[in-house]
Order: sequence, then structure tokens, then C-alpha cells
Amino acid sequence: MRSGEGASVVLRGATVLDPVAGIEGAHDVVVRAGRIAELAVPGAAAADGAEEVEAEGLHALPAFFDPHVHLRVPGHEHKEDIETGTRAAAAGGYCGVIAMANTEPPVSTPADVEALREAAREGASVPVGFLATVTRGMEGEELTEMALLREAGALGFSDDGLPLRSARVLRRALQYQRLCGGTIALHEEDPDLSGDGVMHEGPVSAALGLAGIPSVSESTMIARDAALAGYEEGRIHVQHLSAAESVAAVRAAKATGVRISCEASPHHLCLTDDEVRSLDPARFKMNPPLRAEADRLALIEGLRDGTIDCVATDHAPHAAEEKEVPFEQAAMGVTGLETAFAALHTDLVLPGVLDLGLLVERMAGGAAPFGLERPSLAPGCEANVALCDLGAEWTVGEEGYESRSHNSWCAGRRLTGRVVMTLAAGQVAFRLRSFSLGVAS
Amino acid sequence: MRHLLGIEQLSRAEIEAILDRAESFAEVGRRDIKKVPTLRGRTVVTLFYESSTRTSSSFELAAKRLSADLVSVKAAGSSVDKGESLKDTVATLSAYDPAAIVIRHPYAGAAQLVAQWSEAAVVNAGDGKHEHPSQALLDLFTLRRRLDSLEGKRIWIVGDVLHSRVARSNLVAFGEMGAEVTVCGPPALIPRGIEELGCEVAHSLERLGEADVVYALRLQRERMAESFVPSLREYAARFQIDSRRLGPRQLLMHPGPVNRGVELSGEAIDSPQSLIAEQVAAGLVVRMAILYELLAAGGERPPAAGDSESRPTPIGQPA
Repeated sequence: MRSGEGASVVLRGATVLDPVAGIEGAHDVVVRAGRIAELAVPGAAAADGAEEVEAEGLHALPAFFDPHVHLRVPGHEHKEDIETGTRAAAAGGYCGVIAMANTEPPVSTPADVEALREAAREGASVPVGFLATVTRGMEGEELTEMALLREAGALGFSDDGLPLRSARVLRRALQYQRLCGGTIALHEEDPDLSGDGVMHEGPVSAALGLAGIPSVSESTMIARDAALAGYEEGRIHVQHLSAAESVAAVRAAKATGVRISCEASPHHLCLTDDEVRSLDPARFKMNPPLRAEADRLALIEGLRDGTIDCVATDHAPHAAEEKEVPFEQAAMGVTGLETAFAALHTDLVLPGVLDLGLLVERMAGGAAPFGLERPSLAPGCEANVALCDLGAEWTVGEEGYESRSHNSWCAGRRLTGRVVMTLAAGQVAFRLRSFSLGVAS
Repeated sequence: MRHLLGIEQLSRAEIEAILDRAESFAEVGRRDIKKVPTLRGRTVVTLFYESSTRTSSSFELAAKRLSADLVSVKAAGSSVDKGESLKDTVATLSAYDPAAIVIRHPYAGAAQLVAQWSEAAVVNAGDGKHEHPSQALLDLFTLRRRLDSLEGKRIWIVGDVLHSRVARSNLVAFGEMGAEVTVCGPPALIPRGIEELGCEVAHSLERLGEADVVYALRLQRERMAESFVPSLREYAARFQIDSRRLGPRQLLMHPGPVNRGVELSGEAIDSPQSLIAEQVAAGLVVRMAILYELLAAGGERPPAAGDSESRPTPIGQPA
């Protein structure tokens, strides 16, 4: 990300909530030179030349971390790039994201990783970590140079977008991981079972005549890969859980001590396959697909009991012409960075399904699985803060998007709760345009 | 009624209005001059992205019998072949200011998209494996002439339900008219969860005798390669409707084209219980009725000038 001096800001009288650090209450959050210097009694902190932000009534939360986004660089810059994608992240309260490697060409060589890291230093609004592919060109056959990729700065490995079909290939990658580290993130899907499916298999796919993707196409692969990770003592992260059977498979693996973590996306936590009746691929076509209500409830339960470590958006921008086609022909994926917190706050926290503190914890839970420090508001930490107005209502898309693409699953929805300012890696990464600032003294 | 996108969007009253209208066109069909001037000066576009014989020809003839100007576009040999998107094709055809676009497309929801992109009334002539509402309406029309009402009648839909848009539209249509529907076929060809559409599921023809109407579906030969059925021989042994399984008081239907000797035996096709030829004949008058209901009834636009003679029912303002 762009280099510069760390910010000095005082968030006056913010309601601070960081359940992991055990912080809850009204404070002046004092940020000096990019670090949390102090949590002071409201009104007590000296400005000392810092920008003062009137934050009474606003929540200061540890900024969010998204371990699963598609920035589309290189090759698909018409959908997104590092600048627009990280601006979207900052607008959603994120202080860091991990970019997937299924670009064109895929990120498979050390030079690819170095070029991306350089591009991020130039143009990113928040820090970006890059994964490299597990297999060369994502062809599922030969391993990439995992150790050299790690030395070049790859945070971990994933063929996301495609499953690792071969158990032998995953086993070799797990063996190699012992040399070089780097979590292996897995898109779990048995292509033999998902076939040409475009949505969840169930009564809705039966009614629409759309080919279904059964839940077991995901859960059987999770069970297989958890067994392999256990056998090789490897470290895996399961991406975008969608099915109740998958939550059960991860829970069982964790109980036997497998080093496994996993994520769920806001759209799977908020929506079901019933939405597909609209046949609107821009909002409701993604892989894995939206599933049944029982699956959604199982994901929420997994988030509550810690089976699911974190929320990840799987932010997947697509150009309008890739979505303005019949459902079966449309590209898979929806954007989510700008709306993740607001949507989960609206759909799960406000109705009392999920505790705000738990949501805050899971929104930042995506850093640890990749060996990164969890964003925290404890004094001394790098300033990573999402300042949110939990009462603000807004209509998604009304003022446009920071993302280059408009395929938001929340498009047109009225949400309650909005990020008004984001500090990422010690710098101000985002301010809501209508958010008025106090005057520096 | 602005468009005909699916049976699901139609009420029983709307269905009955179309069937009544078709009845009046059947009367026109018995005259020497089978043409009425209702749609004179208006344009109907048929846009077929899949091959079709009976649906495309009957829609085309229906438009001509109503005196509309007809533009038929087939995907093969058109700009679609050159990679033009559906949206752009619709924009191009919209330059002709069509009153109606009749579309057949291999993917679900295509007709709905055309309705969003065009001012024309849109008729779904089959979208993927989703809906085929004009087929369901012509089947209802055919049945109505044999049975006074479908209320309480038992209808078995037998065969490859998974890949059939006809099964979906008909199951909804039959249910809407009060029939009790059972779908029957090998488990791999019955979509999981279909019973939530309000039908029963059977995997054997054992109870076929309870059916008043047997509606057989086409089994495409390529299903074998995809392991949906192990062989056509085994399929026929378990699920073929033949004269042994078909009772003398049961009616037999099929949307066509038939795979003789697979889903139906030759003698079943040619038996007196078979309504297959009547279904084809119904196709024309029902499709005339659909175009009429969309373009002339309710008066979204006034009928063309000079439209005063040989109209089946007096409506609109003659010039």
C-alpha cells in the first residue's frame, strides 16, 4: 500500500468494542503515528495536533480482515484491479485482504508474486496479501515452486475457483508445506458431483429446471481433505462453507485435532436458494451456491460455536455483460466487500440472531489462519479501526460502488449500519463522503 | 396479461380465458378462409435458439392466420452464430417495433430477460428445462375437449422429468386446474425435491392403473451416456407405456417428438386412447389464442385499421 507517515487521529468519545482484547466502553481512541497510543476517558485526551473526529454515538471496532477476495489482477482489470478492489475493502471497514490467485495467467511463479506485491505497494488503499496457486497454471497436476513462492512473499496457496481434484496432488502439497509453510486454502467441490450445476440441488432447482449442485459435492471433499491434512499434519483452510454437512465435517475434523480453519461468506449467512427464483444471476449466482434455510442456520451455528473461524466475502467482481445473460450462462460470483458488515449487522445482529461482539470477532478472524496478526484496538497495536454508525440507514448502490463491478448481492437493499471511516495499517484508508469531521485545534 | 413467461404466473381464470379463445379459433379453422385480420400491420418475431418443428411452425402459422407480419429468426446462420449476445439481438430486432417476440432458448429465464429488454409482449416458447407454457396450455385444451373438467382427475407424467420443461409447466398447469399429479420415472431422472411443487413421486408403473391420463415424456438417447439410465432396453422394460400397461379408459399424451419403442410402444401411439395428433392440432389454435390475448384482447394497443370482418369475437374499435 501507499507508504507515508502514520496518521494521528483522536476519535472522540467512541463506543469501543474489541471483545478479543477485552475492551468495551466509551473512550477517546488516540492514534499517534499510526499506532493506538491510548484509550482515554472521553474528552480527556489532548489533541496535540492530531485530527479530531467527533465519534460520540459511533462504534470503534477492530478493522475487518478478509481472507478471500478476487482483485482480478492480472488479466481481468475490466472487472476490478488492486486500486478499486482495495478501495472497496476500505469502504467496508477492512484493514487487509488476501487476494486469490485464479487470475489470467494464474499466480504461479515467484515473478508473478513479486509483481503483484509491487503493484500493491503502489496502488492499494489497504494491505494486500497474495496467495499463489497450488498447482502450475491451476491445472491440478504439477505443484508450483512452493518454497520459492514463499520466499517471493506468497502468503499461502490456493487453486480457488477450482477444487484440487487429485488427492495425491493435495497430499504432495501438504508434504511440501512442511518445508516452506503457507496455509493451503481449499475450494471444496467434487466436480463429478457438481457437474454442470448452477445452483443448490433441492426443491427450488427442481422447480426452475436448473441443474443442481448437491451439498455433498462440498462436504465429501472436506472430509477427504481433512483426513489428508490430519495424516500429513498439514495446515488447511476451507473456503466458503455453504452446507450444513460441511459444518459438521469441519467440526468433526477439529474435534480430532486436525489443523483446519474455515470461513463463511455473508451471502451464505444471509440468503437461501429461494432467492434464485428471481433468476437474477447478478445477485444470486455464485459457487458454492446459496443453499437451503437449514444450511444457513447451520452456518450461523458454526459461526457461534467457533467451528467457522471467520467471515470472508469471496468478493468476486464481474462486468455487466457477464451477468446480463440467462442464469445458466452467467459468471459465478458476487461482490461483497462494501456491504459485508452492514448486511450481517442488518440481517443477523439487529434481529438478535448473532451478538455484535461475536460478529466483530469473526469479521477480523481471517488474519490468524494465514499467520497474520489479528487487528486489535489494544494500546500499542498498529491502528486498524473501523468506525461505524450502527444506526445509519443506506441503500446499496444508490451512490455507486467503490468496486469497478456492480454485481453486489445486496444491490438495492436497505441496510442499517455503515462504516464511516477506516484506519488501515496506521493510515486513514477511507472516509464516508457525507461524514463531517471535527476541526483540528 | 402482458407476457406469457410461465404457467406459474397464470391464474386459473387467465388459463380458462385462453382456452375459451382457442375454442373460437377452432371454429375459424373450419371455415374456407382461415385467416382473420386482427393483427394486420403488426409484427411478430419468432426467435429460436434451439431447433423445433412443431412449436416454431405453429407459432408462425398462428401469427400468419392472425394477419401479422412475421419475422422468423433461427440462431443457426444468424448473427447469433457470430457471437452476438441475446441482449444485443433483442435490441436489433426491437428496431422493427415488434408487437410480440416469441422466444425459444436453451437456458432458463431467457424469455424473462427479453421481457426486460424489449417493449414487445414476450411469449416463452421454451426456456431451458424451465417452462414451456404454450405446450401446457395446448395440453389443457386437448384434455378439456375429452374431459369436462380436470377437477380430481389423476394424471401421471412418466419419464425423464429431470430434463423436461414440459413436465414442469404441465405439472403446475394440471395442478392449477384441480388435477392430482404423479410424476414417475427412475430416481436419477426425477429431480430431488419435486414433490414440493405439489405432486406425488413414483418409481414404478405398478399403480399406473389409477391414472385417468398418462402423459409420457421423451427420453433422449444421450441420457444413457450420462449414466441416467443404464440402457434403453432396461428403461423400456420398466417405464415404457405399451398396450399391456395402458388401460382402455386411460388417455395417452406425449409432447412429441416420440421415440417409438422407447417411452411409447408403436401400438400405444396408434391406439384410440392416444391424443397425440389432437395435441398437435391444438397447438395452432392455442398459439393463436395466446397471441390474441397478448396483443388484441384487453386493448394494450387498438387493433389495426380495417379490422372489422371475420373476427371470432367482437372486440376493439373498428375503423
